[in-house]
Amino acid sequence: MSMSQAQGQAREERRSPSAAPGFLIHNEGDHVAVAVQDVQPGRHSAVYMDSEREITITVLEAIPLGHKVALSDLNEGQAVIEYGLPIGLARRPIQAGQHVHTHNIRSARWQKSI
Amino acid sequence: MAEEHLTGYRRPDGRVGIRNHVVILPVDDLSNAVCEAVARTVPGTLALPHAYGRLQYGADLELTFRTLAGTGANPNVAAVVVIGIEPNWTQRIVEGIAPSGKPVEGFSIERFGDLKTLERAARVAQLMLQDASELRREPLEREEIVISIKCGESDTTTGLASCPTVAQVVDRHVQAGGTVIFGETSELTGGEHLIAQRCIDEAVRARFQAMYEDYIREIEASGANLLGSQPTQGNIRGGLSTIEEKALGNIAKTGTVPVVDALEPARAPTRRGLNFMDSSSAAAEFITLMGAAGAVVHLFPTGQGNIVGHPIVPVIKITANPLTAETMAEHIDLDVSGLLRREYGLREAGDRLMALIDRTINGRLTCAEALGHREFVLTKLYRSA
Repeated sequence: MSMSQAQGQAREERRSPSAAPGFLIHNEGDHVAVAVQDVQPGRHSAVYMDSEREITITVLEAIPLGHKVALSDLNEGQAVIEYGLPIGLARRPIQAGQHVHTHNIRSARWQKSI
Repeated sequence: MAEEHLTGYRRPDGRVGIRNHVVILPVDDLSNAVCEAVARTVPGTLALPHAYGRLQYGADLELTFRTLAGTGANPNVAAVVVIGIEPNWTQRIVEGIAPSGKPVEGFSIERFGDLKTLERAARVAQLMLQDASELRREPLEREEIVISIKCGESDTTTGLASCPTVAQVVDRHVQAGGTVIFGETSELTGGEHLIAQRCIDEAVRARFQAMYEDYIREIEASGANLLGSQPTQGNIRGGLSTIEEKALGNIAKTGTVPVVDALEPARAPTRRGLNFMDSSSAAAEFITLMGAAGAVVHLFPTGQGNIVGHPIVPVIKITANPLTAETMAEHIDLDVSGLLRREYGLREAGDRLMALIDRTINGRLTCAEALGHREFVLTKLYRSA
């Protein structure tokens, strides 16, 4: 790979930094989005990485960079989907827009990890 | 800066290295002091102190022997002085390194003491260092490079960006005929079926599944709450909530190529392509096993900022976490946080990492090398006798 090829790619793929989304979502159908900056409550853009589809979501609480927000309501005991696969179970009902983390989801595989 | 040619050191066994270390290798904890004294007496040689090597037995002892001999045989090493407390196990390590064809000599401390051992070993180390200084880099082919991969202090940015960047390199390197090793057995939990599906045949799949199930059985038998250990406190701080979520991010760095083999810890791959190795996810233990298996460069995506290095295997750190890239800049070789801001795509991030790997192969020091990170940690399977 020569430098000129790499720069060609850069021109082709580069986007305006002002378009930086608040959240990225791995797959269509996922229950959670990941904050890619520190996010305050309110409306924010989120981009699906598989389809490139952009949506606007309403966030109910502050979400630190790297943490997740629920994209839909989840029932207690429901499998939580990210990457198109289950990443654990809701410990209690979770509302769309709420922070999703160890306080409200748990491993489905390691039963003692609570 | 694009590298026009890749260069390295072609060793007598045909493998190629990208560094040219003369190693002073202790067989056991007791021999660390004199090994470090030799390295001080002959600056430019490198002692690899470690904590074990006494009263081990069975599979645990075999793994220690295999790790020490494999590290000495690694093509990033030009020559080895081996020092142990007694001659028998010292000779075992010397004989383990000897098939590589490189200069290796063993010394034992009993009936000499540290001071006479220092003089005898330093005289040999000096000549090895002078001889190694005359070895020249030669052109090499990309597919001769053995790369290992493992992420650490992961967070959700690793699964979104830095691991997929490594995946770009894994696919390209394997498609070019190269070899890549991954592992982290317990950290596949929740995505182990994805790896099993990619195994090249039933025999490899059966070996992989047996390794995975054994490891998980051992962890579960402890009865421990693993939250805070796996995922780690750093993982949780970074937004990872469960082992399954961590595993899916981890697996994102393995690309799409088939898994051609499932190796015991510290075993050198015999098949080109993507190899799985049964291994802990603890960074220093993992990279030590990879060095013993012959990896000459390691790719390390990190989220919250793991700072690990290795004495003989250059470790390239990649982060997509903008906070880590800013606050721990001296540890980060490649910042791909622009992926999160959608400033460029994965292909370009992959190009940048390839270019950095090429410069590292050709001699550029990594952050961990420049900062003197030389973590060398043996994997202990159970307590000693």
